Amino acid sequence: MSILAATTSELLGQLSNRSLSAVELTQACLAAIEKHEPQVGALLTINRDNALAQAAGIDRRRQAGEPVGALAGLPIVLKDNICTQGLKTTCASRMLENFVPPYDAHVTSRLQQADAVLIGKANLDEFAMGSSTENSALGKTTNPWNVAHAAGGSSGGSAAAVASGFAPLSLGSDTGGSIRQPASFCGVVGLKPTYGRVSRFGLVAYASSLDQIGPFANDVTGAALLLDAISGHDGRDSTSVHAPATQTAATVEQPLAGLRVGVVREHFAEGLDAEVEAAVKRAVDVYRSLGATIVEISLPHSKYAIAVYYLIACSEASSNLARYDGVHYGHRAAEFTNMVDMYKASRSEGFGDEVKRRIMLGAYALSAGYYDAYYLKALKVRRLIRNDFDAAFQQVDVIASPVNPTPAFKLGEMTADPLKMYLADIYTISANLAGIPGISIPAGMNSARLPIGLQLLAAPFEEDKLLRAARMFEREHGPAPRPFVDGSSSR
Amino acid sequence: MDFTTIIGLEIHVQLQTQTKLFCGCPTTFNPDQPNIQTCPVCLGLPGALPVMNRDAFQLSLKTALALNLELAKFTKWDRKQYYYPDLPKGYQISQYDLPFSSNGHLDIDVPSTGETRRIGIIRAHLEEDAGKNLHDESGRGSDSQVDLNRAGTPLLEIVSQPDLRSAEEAKTYMEEMRLLLLTIGVSDCNMQEGSMRCDANVNLHVHENGESIPTPIVEVKNLNSFKFLEAAIEYEVQRQRAAWQNSRQRMGEPGSHKTTRGFDPHRGVTFEQRGKEEAADYRYFPDPDLVPVTVSDEQLAAIRATLVEFPAARRRRYQQQLGLSAYDARVIADQGADFATYFDAVVSVCSDGKQAANWLTQDVLREMNDRRLSITEFPISSDVLGALLTQVKMAELTIKAAREVFTALLTDWEEHETTPTADRIEAIVKERGLATVNDTGAIEAVVNAVIVRNEKAVADLRAGKMQAIGAIVGQVMKELKGADAKVVRQMILDTLGIS
Repeated sequence: MSILAATTSELLGQLSNRSLSAVELTQACLAAIEKHEPQVGALLTINRDNALAQAAGIDRRRQAGEPVGALAGLPIVLKDNICTQGLKTTCASRMLENFVPPYDAHVTSRLQQADAVLIGKANLDEFAMGSSTENSALGKTTNPWNVAHAAGGSSGGSAAAVASGFAPLSLGSDTGGSIRQPASFCGVVGLKPTYGRVSRFGLVAYASSLDQIGPFANDVTGAALLLDAISGHDGRDSTSVHAPATQTAATVEQPLAGLRVGVVREHFAEGLDAEVEAAVKRAVDVYRSLGATIVEISLPHSKYAIAVYYLIACSEASSNLARYDGVHYGHRAAEFTNMVDMYKASRSEGFGDEVKRRIMLGAYALSAGYYDAYYLKALKVRRLIRNDFDAAFQQVDVIASPVNPTPAFKLGEMTADPLKMYLADIYTISANLAGIPGISIPAGMNSARLPIGLQLLAAPFEEDKLLRAARMFEREHGPAPRPFVDGSSSR
Repeated sequence: MDFTTIIGLEIHVQLQTQTKLFCGCPTTFNPDQPNIQTCPVCLGLPGALPVMNRDAFQLSLKTALALNLELAKFTKWDRKQYYYPDLPKGYQISQYDLPFSSNGHLDIDVPSTGETRRIGIIRAHLEEDAGKNLHDESGRGSDSQVDLNRAGTPLLEIVSQPDLRSAEEAKTYMEEMRLLLLTIGVSDCNMQEGSMRCDANVNLHVHENGESIPTPIVEVKNLNSFKFLEAAIEYEVQRQRAAWQNSRQRMGEPGSHKTTRGFDPHRGVTFEQRGKEEAADYRYFPDPDLVPVTVSDEQLAAIRATLVEFPAARRRRYQQQLGLSAYDARVIADQGADFATYFDAVVSVCSDGKQAANWLTQDVLREMNDRRLSITEFPISSDVLGALLTQVKMAELTIKAAREVFTALLTDWEEHETTPTADRIEAIVKERGLATVNDTGAIEAVVNAVIVRNEKAVADLRAGKMQAIGAIVGQVMKELKGADAKVVRQMILDTLGIS
């Protein structure tokens, strides 16, 4: 249906002038879900009746001339590690398979205030640990462009849902690239905000100092609108920065005169797929043609980023997941001989292999005798990685790079060697360590008709600059193709 | 056997904030309704995050100032990780290597020796309390249950140096700490309800052949009264003595790790608890959900301004400035800030510290206890008592007469709800003729009259039986209530010409 091809702004316009009703739009999304979800498998929960009721309510209020929120009538999907009161929030894990939160995440409340229509919860790698959504214990998600390929991860469901037209908007979470990488695999826009920009209250924690919730959309302006709706200080998150909500949608159409685009020397090394490299270089050329200055920069501590990330993330995760003990909520084993056995059995049954792997890594890194050499050392090197970016942003406004060394790999291709999967995080991971914002935007397709993403990074709290730069490229490059909407998927 | 007892105390105090340390749940003691004072944060639900209670931090700073502790300009929160059903997150938010305060002291006056000893305090830090596990004590094997009402309550952990040398000193330290914390208003220090808990670390240094040999340290946990603390330590010292004589095991030898013991108050013994093979690895690391705390000089100045006089300083002032005995000073100061304030107010009216001390420690306390009133509820205000004592000081009333007035004021209040006032004092004195009679002429007249009526007593007196004067004095006093008995006695002797 053509409305699913519309941009977020176009949809808002049609909803606002009532040429389109919220119910109609929601029904269109539900129809897309009905048609394509059996193959895509993006959603763990479909909130059908509530969504239609919510949409009807919004239509009624708009009809009556009452004020409605900034996203009124737009269906949205939330990654299933974001708490929704009364609606199952599973984190794609057996541990929380039947967990219904008694409270809403901050972003959930904000979306309700904005009158977005909660249409479903998206599949993910279990507890957000993974890069392909293959670690989900509760569902299988495929790439909307090619059913044999991964949608990316850990926010694979959120990216696939938007690409498939199940909703124009979705939220994911990004700890090491989990928004940007699936965005690039599925050919949509995905943004990781500056750390502290969006409240983590109600986001089931993986790695506390790295996690951020961020928007997916089919176009840059959609991502800007969604960021504006969810960002801003929340007193319930002690790491939430004392700043008001962003207003990036207001400025996103303004190009940046004198834009300096950085290209990282260390990025164009071995292991980068030739077509990805070509697409990124073409994108850099586009910026050059728009009057930007291209500057080669260095991030000398890049090579330590993966090790630093996995030490910090796994250490924090081992602690954040200690609460899943079967005592007061979540899965409790049916059979056990004593208390310690109950803990062991519940956690062994409740957690998948990748989760166990990371918990063990983290517990080891924090253990007596190893803390200084691993966790503490990683924190120190993290500071150096951040220093590299601070220095770089003295010379450039944004950094352009690949998102992933390859486009979407085949399902099962990377699962035999977890380390190989980890090593693919090289382009995205540093942004989480440094706390800076980053975006992935569609930048072409490869010869196998799989999407390639371009990553842009900016200095802390410069989301407006980041989005303006992204929009400059998008305007020049043209709208990205959609897998089902214009019949271009290879199914 | 020549040895020194070495004791260090770890005290956990619940701060009397409105809400828990990292969430807005109330901290009231509520054992009858489990799990209602909870929220996603203190339940450790997925996605919940902690937010520091600033009030708790303020109270902690106040405590640190009172205990002469050095305050860290920069302090942080650490996760202490272990698994237990009463610990919903699987970790406790505490402080590890950068506590908010360290290196302080508390002075104690040891009752048996009168010595003042300075007990070092290694550190004081803040942490959240765990919930409560309730086990089936009958042993019939029912499920254990968990109540998380208490989980997240702010606890101040105060760790002393091993400077205490006897059970008596340990008890005194606890009592002084309790009094201080009550005085500055940071906790209600109720050991029965668990808002003040104590663990004792005890070992001996055995002196043999010029060597001082330490025995393994024993931690005795959860001693919830001063009596139990003293008894447990005394038992433990004797037990360790016997253990040394049997095994001669030194601290640090293989198999001599620190052990944990509980105390059984019924049998008066300590008993072995869970064996700690080696120290548990808590995998401490800084809590990434919380930001570090910095304390400015302005904040400290503001807190210092709110501090009241501490008990030790008060006792010293009473002894040095008002000349009170150590005993009386202690009795008054130990009643708490309100009582001491009342005392100070009485003294400021009557300017007689010693007299005020007598009345407060005897008459007032007795009436308070008999009537179950606190000093703030006590009907005779400090102004009124001060006025009464002023009259005694000015010899307008004898102490005996004043006591009669005191009792009358209380009776009036009890039976007629009459508020005691200085005017009421005047009225009672008038009604009962209690005013001191200083008119020598009047006394003489009565003395003469009584002498005439008591021929036998007078004869006995002249014969040398001094006891006989008692009856004569008594009769004079009966007629002249306000007369000074000593003056009357002397007058009788003078009148009869007896020296």
